[in-house]
Amino acid sequence: MAWTRKILRVNLTSGAITSEPLNMAWARDYLGQRGLASKYLYEEIDPRVDALSPGNKLIMTTGPLTGTMAATGGRYSVVTKSPLTGAIACSNSGGFIGAEMKMAGWDMIIFEGKAAQPVYLSVENEQATLMSATDIWGKSVWEADEWLHRKHQDPLIRIACIGRAAEQGCMYAAVVNDLHRAAGRSGVGTVMASKNLKALVCRGTRGVGNLKDPLRFFQATEQGKKVLAEHAVTGQGLPKYGTQVLMNVINEVGAMPTRNMREVKFEGAHKISAEAMEQPRPTDGQPNLRANAACFGCTIACGRISTIDQGHFTVANKPQYWGASGGLEYEAAWALGSDTGVDDLDTLTYANFLCNEDGIDPISFGATVAAAMELYERGIITNADTGGLELRFGSAEALARAAELTARGEGFGQVLGLGSKRLCEKYGHPELSMTVKGQEFPAYDPRGIQGMGLAYATANRGACHLRGYTVASEILGIPEKTDPLVTDGKPELVKAFQDATAAVDSSGLCIFTTFAWNLADIAPQVDAACEGEWSMEKLLEVGERVWNLERDFNLRAGLTAADDTLPHRLLEEGANTGPAQGKVNELQQMLPHYYEIRGWNANGELTAATRQRFGI
Amino acid sequence: MLRALKLEPEKCTGCLQCEMACSYENEGVFNPAKSRIKVFTFHHEGRFAPYTCTQCEEAWCLRACPVEAIVINAATGAKEVRENTCVGCKVCTIACPFGTVNYNHDTGKVMKCDLCGGDPWCAKACPTGAITYVDEDNTGLERMRAWAQHSPAGPATTVGPRPKEIATYSRS
Repeated sequence: MAWTRKILRVNLTSGAITSEPLNMAWARDYLGQRGLASKYLYEEIDPRVDALSPGNKLIMTTGPLTGTMAATGGRYSVVTKSPLTGAIACSNSGGFIGAEMKMAGWDMIIFEGKAAQPVYLSVENEQATLMSATDIWGKSVWEADEWLHRKHQDPLIRIACIGRAAEQGCMYAAVVNDLHRAAGRSGVGTVMASKNLKALVCRGTRGVGNLKDPLRFFQATEQGKKVLAEHAVTGQGLPKYGTQVLMNVINEVGAMPTRNMREVKFEGAHKISAEAMEQPRPTDGQPNLRANAACFGCTIACGRISTIDQGHFTVANKPQYWGASGGLEYEAAWALGSDTGVDDLDTLTYANFLCNEDGIDPISFGATVAAAMELYERGIITNADTGGLELRFGSAEALARAAELTARGEGFGQVLGLGSKRLCEKYGHPELSMTVKGQEFPAYDPRGIQGMGLAYATANRGACHLRGYTVASEILGIPEKTDPLVTDGKPELVKAFQDATAAVDSSGLCIFTTFAWNLADIAPQVDAACEGEWSMEKLLEVGERVWNLERDFNLRAGLTAADDTLPHRLLEEGANTGPAQGKVNELQQMLPHYYEIRGWNANGELTAATRQRFGI
Repeated sequence: MLRALKLEPEKCTGCLQCEMACSYENEGVFNPAKSRIKVFTFHHEGRFAPYTCTQCEEAWCLRACPVEAIVINAATGAKEVRENTCVGCKVCTIACPFGTVNYNHDTGKVMKCDLCGGDPWCAKACPTGAITYVDEDNTGLERMRAWAQHSPAGPATTVGPRPKEIATYSRS
């Protein structure tokens, strides 16, 4: 119930497509989406496999609440082994493709092997067909989307697609769905390209039903919506400003990573903030922000639809960028803006459009450009390396050009596509890469938010804010305020956030609900929909199990405790200004205790008791 | 007093809660493909618009039906499809100028909005007030009020807000 209980398995090597029942014993332990697909990946592949070889698998997965009326019940995830990190990747996206998969009758699609020629998978309810993608290989996501809509003669199909960046081997390529939503992080699009798989085209008309207790489900989801609507963040901040509500807040507390994390406060933040997006431009009198947009089933609607001034240097004579499309979220605004020192809103929006158009993760891209800018300013790389691209901090022209090159895999864009870690290693300065496990940092400096340092160091997919968002507590006071500058209690806080997040990511709901909801709000919704008993405690147990399973995958893949660390800069160089001035991240004060409360030994490995407790 | 569905596209975020509510009420599953109300996305304009049957007074669908399967519900004013009578000939889908009557392959009948018997689920589900169920004779009341509020107090120096400002106003 709530689950469709069916998996579509697509062997791209042989072309065989089969339907199989969902393993319900696993579903009871791992719920769905992130947890359940991770379990399938854990059981089905050798963790040491080359992520870009046919031996890796790519799983598109929904949760039991995906496609229901639960607020934000439209999430899906792409789970695979990451080429960027060598660790397990689970990249989560909204939009409409997840619900469509579910409407077509599938909890999960598992892709294995590699197609001999470019293909895409067309799913129409029970019917799934591999079709030639030769005509759209080499096309952007946006062009392919248009081509597929024309070919299928059906405006209601939903599409998840990779762009040219993935095809050209960009290590942080995304899978873009519905034109401007993305399973963005960890290079899941790169894996899709390695399989010669261009797109998933989906149309579902079967619907999602079979709720365990429909009446109770409506009561629980109604109550949940009420809580979201009445909360300051989910009822006012996010609907009005989107995630960009954070720009000025984080900058003020001195935790805004700036110019490759050399600094913690960006003087141009106010020019790229949510408020700036609403201001009419002097040039054409129009604001950057055109509308707020919701993903499937979302009553918050934090999505931004933006426009660029048609006369702006980035889009002059390029009418394909004159219309509205997915605008800046906080993470994109930070990575493309503050981390590169660029404060021109329309340039950032242009770079963001390109990230959507050709499927690249704006966080990893922006952070990689930032690292390249530092290398350039220090004279470690020169115009001879960059093909004449003058990568100076603050240069809007350089950012726009870098985005074009990386999106298409051309020139120096090939090098930028390696990601920050490989880029800095290539030029002999690995210490300048602001990454954990090879994945670039998101928009919170862990010197000013101590818990985030531990969260980054231990996140199973590399540096990531969405694996344990202690910012909520340390800065916003949700569920209760903790001091961002102290380490006391942070291991417990990080663990609690990590486990709860893993549970939410396994349900089909959006993590942004947890500004207002805790598991006590979510459990009744899951319980009314799903067979079995789903209490808050049970969800926490699922979350902790998922975390340990991911950890074990990574250990078996060859990662060790030595990978649970932060760049030298954050551990040795004090913050340059603000409340955390002079402070570094005190990771070593937190990590040993974290291992202990995780039930891991001093090497960060699951103890026998932990294995037994979670059945791993 | 009869009520009508009032649709305000400028408030719509495209979340499809209305489509899920509609399909669940009518089909017992969450299934936008079977919804009587549809939300359209005009991506490059950054606009969303919910759209459904307006319950025309002179209902083309009703007039066109050869077996009198479409009848008026006196309590709500809705033009309802009597499934037992409908033969699935689809003539009403041709007659409707707005496209809001559609065939349902699964049942072999046509489907259209019936206002849920006077308690439309789409309006209840809409989180932004883009769909409301209000006095049929006063669907313009809120818009009039917004204009009225912006009308000059003294001698007219302005013609009032532009429609865009009205939209912004009503959103808050």
